[in-house]
Amino acid sequence: MDICTNLSLSNINKSLNMPPQLKRLIPLFAIFIFLFLAARSFLVPKSFGEQGHYRFNSIAENKEKAMIYAGKEACDDCHSDRIQEMETDLHKGISCETCHGPGSAHIANPDSIKPMIPKGRDFCGMCHSLNPSRSKLVHQVDLKEHNVTENCIECHNPHLPCQMKK
Amino acid sequence: MEQNFQHLYDMLSQVQGFIYPNELDLQWGLLIVLYPYITGLVAGAFILASLERVFNVKVLGPTYQLALLTALAFLLVATMPLVSHLGHPERFYEILMTPHSTSAMAIFGFVYLWYLMVVLLLEIWFDYRQDIVIWSKETKGFKGRIYKILTLGVTDLSPSTIKWDDKIGYFITVVGIPSAFMLHGYVGFIFGSIKANPWWSTVLMPVIFLFSAMVSGIALVLFIYMAVSFFRKQKIDMPALDSIAKFLFYILVIDFTMEGLDQIHRIYEAEESFEILFLLVHGPLFLTLFVFQIFLGTVVPLISLGTLQLYKPSEKIRKIIYLSCSLLVLFGIFFMRWNVVIGGQLFSKSFYGFTGYKLHLLGSEGFLFSIIWVIIPFFILAFLLWLLPPWKKVGQHENN
Amino acid sequence: MGSLLVTTSLFTPFNAVVYAVERPKDPSKTWWGYGIDIEKCIGCGRCANACKTENNIPKQPFYFRTWVEQYTIKNDGTVKVESPNGGIDGFVQSVPPEDIFKAFFVPKLCNHCYKSPCVQACPVGATYETPDGVVMVDETYCIGCRYCVQACPYGCRYINPAKNVADKCTLCYHRISKGKTTACVEVCPTHARILGNLNDPKSPLVKFMKEHTCLVLKPHLNTGSKCFYNALSGEVR
Repeated sequence: MDICTNLSLSNINKSLNMPPQLKRLIPLFAIFIFLFLAARSFLVPKSFGEQGHYRFNSIAENKEKAMIYAGKEACDDCHSDRIQEMETDLHKGISCETCHGPGSAHIANPDSIKPMIPKGRDFCGMCHSLNPSRSKLVHQVDLKEHNVTENCIECHNPHLPCQMKK
Repeated sequence: MEQNFQHLYDMLSQVQGFIYPNELDLQWGLLIVLYPYITGLVAGAFILASLERVFNVKVLGPTYQLALLTALAFLLVATMPLVSHLGHPERFYEILMTPHSTSAMAIFGFVYLWYLMVVLLLEIWFDYRQDIVIWSKETKGFKGRIYKILTLGVTDLSPSTIKWDDKIGYFITVVGIPSAFMLHGYVGFIFGSIKANPWWSTVLMPVIFLFSAMVSGIALVLFIYMAVSFFRKQKIDMPALDSIAKFLFYILVIDFTMEGLDQIHRIYEAEESFEILFLLVHGPLFLTLFVFQIFLGTVVPLISLGTLQLYKPSEKIRKIIYLSCSLLVLFGIFFMRWNVVIGGQLFSKSFYGFTGYKLHLLGSEGFLFSIIWVIIPFFILAFLLWLLPPWKKVGQHENN
Repeated sequence: MGSLLVTTSLFTPFNAVVYAVERPKDPSKTWWGYGIDIEKCIGCGRCANACKTENNIPKQPFYFRTWVEQYTIKNDGTVKVESPNGGIDGFVQSVPPEDIFKAFFVPKLCNHCYKSPCVQACPVGATYETPDGVVMVDETYCIGCRYCVQACPYGCRYINPAKNVADKCTLCYHRISKGKTTACVEVCPTHARILGNLNDPKSPLVKFMKEHTCLVLKPHLNTGSKCFYNALSGEVR
């Protein structure tokens, strides 16, 4: 290094008054921050922050899930007679899928996939077993005493519960 | 997943009273107890070092670098319990990329980076730079190459440059004190700001965490100083040791007061959650709170160290007392974290019952995996002491 | 400035809470809410069962987006609460009837708070509230830190064991945005559960709120819960 460069460097040094440590560290940190910001442009997902601090596209993704329950209106398309029949009795207003389980698969393949048919006393007992926590809104029986050897639907028509079968 | 279900079925039988169905399994286990513990050690060790540098407590001189290197060794490991406990550790970078400004936990990435890079690494570099330059010239081979890299090319040893080392290092230490408060205070705020959990939600939580962190950090440096001197067969500087123990005592008094105030307030106001918390403290948490944290971890060290402020026995007895107190305090503060983290999840937010915590030996949340994160820092410290031995230092900073 | 704030707060709902989501001022925009009539719940558990089926949640008794609790208040004043398998298998009343003062069922689910502490707590922005008022989780972004689970006062969040991310009731967003109702409302035999648009004066939920005295759970926590209970008794947490 000739004297001229030496002098000018030391002039810069004096005018900036920057010690050699800072002259090394500040660029290093600047590079680090730059790399961080560059990484950010890759790593922050698209649509993040559009409506708030979240990935906006997530809303649409959450909408796209498949429906497993079909809803009572869907049953009405084919089974309106059954639904109208139920309207005349105490189980009116109850969705078909409450007892028969999800119906979307059945609607997609009506012949090969059938909804489940509830069996056993315990199923009816979910609503109708005697329980003081239950309001008098629903008829209740003590399942331990009431016709213990028989299935509920042997005597009761589940769609027309007030009409006894025998 | 099957194994997890089996664990959960076992947990069902441990439920007392009523818990919300989703509260069965504790969300935060031993790993999350370790994180505040380790960052507390870091913050505490740093504060002790800053006492020497900024507050001119010259008698602590022999422990300055040791405290800094201890802080670094533990800080390097500090994130690991957190990241390893995440459901998706590979997504950890998201905290740096899209931190949510309303979340206390979001600060984590930046406060950690700031503290590691700007405070600890730089302070150690500025303190050791002169020696690193000398050692880079004297040492050969692999170690010599490490030194050369560590100089970052700044090999100037002129008096004005060395003075800059001192000035900037001092400035960083001053900045480092509030940074250390931030590093651990925010952890306290993470818990203290959860209004859903009355065991955690208290204004004093950041303060309690900070003071217990200082206590644990000072106890750690006390222990390490004695251990390192023992291994090096070096005479312990008794004034330094007495001084560390004195600070330990004072901060322990403040810590005890803060925690006591928190509990007294809780007992006095007896809000809605009081009954379940009373059962918590006298039931599942009795051993870890009253026996481990309060009696062994606080009262016994307070009495022993307090007595030493009035009456000074022989050096040998003082060393034994200091050693046992430092270990008791480290033990007690670990259980303080345990009581906060685990305790806060043992009772139901319905205030109607309790669940249990089952610590497994193996597995990703198991005891063995967690203990690794406490053992590794000692190996790192050994490496740092080999690389940057404080006793071979030529340059000592002036006290500005 | 201060007087301006005071006057505004007297005439419009005032949310000082920085992270609150604003109710849409445009009445044509939906603002989802939920109603529960405790007098009508019979504890059949069909809702909790349908929810698990609709949302593909493991059937083991550990993860619930919605569940039913049975409260039994005895004559001596003690309260017994239970929720075996979330109520999916129904309930048994083990307390003898002569000791019972009152007993009832309380369905629970995510309250879709508009000042949601769980959204506030998320460190990365993986959980959020939609502009129409549904709190959801972005399962591709959630890191599984569990802070939101800790922050929820109602215990409605859990970690999905298959995906290791936070999970919770989405108000069947995939159904309600297509004009259907939620699975739980669909199968409730007594119409104890009501889904509705709080911005629509004719919605069944608004009618329900007009006709009954409605409370939210843990109002002292100011979560902005949008789940309104009729006949919420003081023992319920």
